[in-house]
Amino acid sequence: MLLFARYAELFGAERLELDLPDGATVADLVSALRELPGGVALPALPFVAVAHQRATPEMILPEGVELAVLPPLAGG
Amino acid sequence: MYLRHAQLDLAALIAQVATPERGALVTFVGLVRDHHGGRAVAGLEYSAYGAMAEARCGEIVARAEREWPVRVALAHRVGTLAVGDAAVIAVVASAHRAPAFDACRWVIEAVKSEVPIWKRERYRDGGEGWVDPTASGGFQPTVKP
Repeated sequence: MLLFARYAELFGAERLELDLPDGATVADLVSALRELPGGVALPALPFVAVAHQRATPEMILPEGVELAVLPPLAGG
Repeated sequence: MYLRHAQLDLAALIAQVATPERGALVTFVGLVRDHHGGRAVAGLEYSAYGAMAEARCGEIVARAEREWPVRVALAHRVGTLAVGDAAVIAVVASAHRAPAFDACRWVIEAVKSEVPIWKRERYRDGGEGWVDPTASGGFQPTVKP
């Protein structure tokens, strides 16, 4: 998945690969991230984008689409 | 392309949407402020999730043009900006002023709340920090849709 801005700094990477079981949800992805080094600073419900759309925590992660975890937006 | 690495060009954006039948033109230009939270800002850097930001900007423009009888030109800077640089410009043209004002306000609030762009400020005291609008309570759009 892709990481940006402050979250890329937290994990020291702009792209991470995680092994999650089939049927894993957005919430499972966030839980796995929070267990990584640097992950404690991630909020419990960050903005997760699946194929450029905001995903709900219970959404099952589809295969082969772009995932991204986004810090609070600050454009404009 | 809505994200620009070069200086934003207000005249070029106006030219995208101004026509003789559109008698009202409303522009919003967001500039880099020299202070934030009591600290003097020296400059800042905008970064973006490029593909998603382009898609969101396109949707915002399309939604505004569906909701109001307007045409919208929109651009947002990324990269390193100095105090006083234009960070974002929205230009809205319409036959009359009311929809142009309403749509322009809605577009800029939608950009702030939906487009994945981040701002890292450099302060005159030497510090740096990511700006988090949710930390101090952000503005919520009040204009339709």
